[in-house]
Amino acid sequence: MSNHLENITLRIWRQAGPQAKGHFEEYRIDSITDEASFLEMLDILNDNLVHEGKEAVVFDHDCREGICGTCSLMIDGQAHGPQRGTATCQLHMRKFKSGDTITIEPWRASAFPIIKDLMVDRSAFDRIIESGGFITAETGGAPDANLIPIPKPIADAAMDSAECIGCGACVAACPNGAANLFTAAKVAHLNRLPQGQAERYSRVEAMVETMDEHFGSCTNHGECEAACPKEISIDVIALMHKDYRKAKFANRKDLARQ
Amino acid sequence: MSLTQDLLQKNTVQLNSKIPAGSMEDKWDNYKSDMKLVNPNNKRKFKVIVVGTGLAGASAAATLAELGYQVDAFTFHDSARRAHSIAAQGGINAAKNYKGDGDSVHRLFYDTVKGGDFRAREANVHRLAQVSVNIIDQMVAQGVPFAREYGGLLDNRSFGGAQVSRTFYARGQTGQQLLLGAYQQFSRQVGLGGIRLFNRTEFVDVVVVDGRAAGIVVRDLVTGEISSHSAHAVVLATGGYGNVFFLSTNAMACNVTAAWRAHRKGALFANPCYTQIHPTCIPQSDDSQSKLTLMSESLRNDGRVWVPTNPDETRPAHLVPENERDYYLERLYPSFGNLAPRDISSRAAKRAVDKGLGVGPKKNGVYLDFSDAISRLGKEVVEERYGNLFEMYERIAGENPYEQPMRIYPASHYTMGGLWVDYELMTNIPGLYAAGEANFSDHGANRLGASALMQGLSDGYFVLPYTIGNELAPMLNKPVPDTSHPEFRKAEEEARQRFNGYLAVNGTKSPDFFHRELGKIIWDYCGMERTQQGLEKALSEIPALYAEFQKDLKVTGDGSSLNQTLEKAGRVDDFFQLGMLMCRDALERNESCGGHFRAEYQTDDGEALRDDENYCHVSAWGWGGDPMSPQLNVEPLNFESVHLATRSYK
Repeated sequence: MSNHLENITLRIWRQAGPQAKGHFEEYRIDSITDEASFLEMLDILNDNLVHEGKEAVVFDHDCREGICGTCSLMIDGQAHGPQRGTATCQLHMRKFKSGDTITIEPWRASAFPIIKDLMVDRSAFDRIIESGGFITAETGGAPDANLIPIPKPIADAAMDSAECIGCGACVAACPNGAANLFTAAKVAHLNRLPQGQAERYSRVEAMVETMDEHFGSCTNHGECEAACPKEISIDVIALMHKDYRKAKFANRKDLARQ
Repeated sequence: MSLTQDLLQKNTVQLNSKIPAGSMEDKWDNYKSDMKLVNPNNKRKFKVIVVGTGLAGASAAATLAELGYQVDAFTFHDSARRAHSIAAQGGINAAKNYKGDGDSVHRLFYDTVKGGDFRAREANVHRLAQVSVNIIDQMVAQGVPFAREYGGLLDNRSFGGAQVSRTFYARGQTGQQLLLGAYQQFSRQVGLGGIRLFNRTEFVDVVVVDGRAAGIVVRDLVTGEISSHSAHAVVLATGGYGNVFFLSTNAMACNVTAAWRAHRKGALFANPCYTQIHPTCIPQSDDSQSKLTLMSESLRNDGRVWVPTNPDETRPAHLVPENERDYYLERLYPSFGNLAPRDISSRAAKRAVDKGLGVGPKKNGVYLDFSDAISRLGKEVVEERYGNLFEMYERIAGENPYEQPMRIYPASHYTMGGLWVDYELMTNIPGLYAAGEANFSDHGANRLGASALMQGLSDGYFVLPYTIGNELAPMLNKPVPDTSHPEFRKAEEEARQRFNGYLAVNGTKSPDFFHRELGKIIWDYCGMERTQQGLEKALSEIPALYAEFQKDLKVTGDGSSLNQTLEKAGRVDDFFQLGMLMCRDALERNESCGGHFRAEYQTDDGEALRDDENYCHVSAWGWGGDPMSPQLNVEPLNFESVHLATRSYK
């Protein structure tokens, strides 16, 4: 049954633009139902701000079903807030209590520059995918889908890492701002499948090197796994490193042959 | 003379559907044999704009770029991976007959035409069923991790409105996996330089020069800058307009702007009243709610829908004895049971709740109960099939569906109506195409489950790449239109004035306030059940609210930096205008079909009563200068392969 939370204080990061100096601003929410989602609380705040003639807080969000990966937010220092395996849009006010002060910040990572307030630019993720996060299969001429049986455990493992929503929580949670979990999840999805073998080593090489251009290095803190709303296992990073090491060897041999 | 024939004579726009000759089975092959081709070396001389990067947009852009066309792709999202196709849960249909249960292209075609209540264009639907098999092959080749059986072959399940298992799925995230597949193929082309991606860039207007689409005007959401882009062809793959209801399962940013602005430039808008209310959504819990969440229809494979027979029932669900429960779908539609199509299941839920039999704190839902499935299959199997959906339900509703039944209620989900297109998916403006949910073509008055993903990918991968070539071939060596043309200047100026206008009103109410109020009117009068009286009321209330919007809107911030309130104002403006057309279309269609249920036209047992004599046509509306004076054109629907029949799922 629905209850109300009273006297919530929000400390929200406001920043007018990429070069502007940011600061925390405090807002009060007098009363809100615990059925509301966290983002609905921000909707209400924004509606109030507009009615008061003030500029609304900018934040990224879209599907509100935890799947599109658009929403972000550092909530009390945790990427996507206190509930494990849950994106900000699926977080509900029943996880908070009356009188709470909640601090809301954008993802903070040098590869994700702030655009405005709580919104950041995550295009560097797209650059990684563009460099190799695909199986080359141009439209037309694909063989029958059942031609290659894929053992269920392999299909399931590929799916486990394919679930990544590209939100960037892993980068935001990492003290080094590394994108290893994001990159490795895609490598593990494609490199595990029979269809992905042809480009296995060129893929991992290109993706890792693009990643290194933008992001910090992994030092195995494991914060990424804890922050991931899809609970993708850090094991995929080991798989990526293994393939990368092999790639350096395999690709060099291929080059020598040419 | 039938109304269809009468209206046809009054058409102000001649609608040529360009259906190829030949038997239904041969039409698409005949088209491909006869179409004009562009030499591979000449393709790079043509430029195509694709607006939207969902399934239809991403797959079209990727394929066109692979063929060699120069593609400019636009999305208002930060990345091409975010579009709302991603939220589709249950699956994608294909006539593979991998289960050997009697499926075929013809059966998928027939099911889709029947599911659409005989209001779709047969030839388009047949092509959709034909290419459905290619989609699965293509997506598997790209590495989409569809569910598999222990032998390693692909698994299937069944969906509403079908008696075969033809739905391929990737856990409860099929849309995500398909979109990421298309996004990866798209990204490969971005990396190779075949596609130029404009992210965080919103479509504002289409530009027509000498009767042809010459390009678009867009607004950079980060800087507010308005700019023009030209091309030989423009594809709008911009999704549906379900957010007109405010509360819907659509993503927050889904909007009708691209389709609507094209409509204002002369593109016909077809069947706007065909909207789909999905039966299995989580009921509204609070008035401040801004979004409803869908629970996949696939849950109805194993969940049983029921309500208590006593309106005053207060016991928890598991304590209500069997003989005091009404499994109304199983009772009313024994051969399809809990898998009755969406429109039928939705109305049945509404009737139960209207009778006071609703469950939950607001008595605004019905039960979807898994206890039988859990005792038959074991909790592990149920978890394997639906685990992530159960978790999502628990996060939102705060109840554990393994222990107590889910509560569900219908909500706006998908829109079958959209821009009128011919067989080539071209609107009546030459060079302007509409694909995926943005067009009207394949689902008639009601869409079957797992068909939206199929249509988006069919349009993008296997239809547009052919039909666009046929249009462009004769234009070889014509340069890309010049964006300094006065029509571009004019459209840019109008766009600037429009956005400055929202900022200048300086009234007292936010765009969200107006959107919510508009949504209530549309839901009440143009939702699951419509009446002449209600629609007339809506047609007086919406213009009144719209006038208030124009006088009393408040948009804070400015137009030269990122401003989500300003973005919202533009979208709500277009929803208002579309809302008037929706109600008008619903009022003019004096019959019930699929998602359009007019209370005046029903059978004795409350089923939709079609009028094939007078309404077996597409209503394609033209812009008449203001939103309250649209001009009706009709395209008669001729059924060659399928016999018009009363749609029965009993």
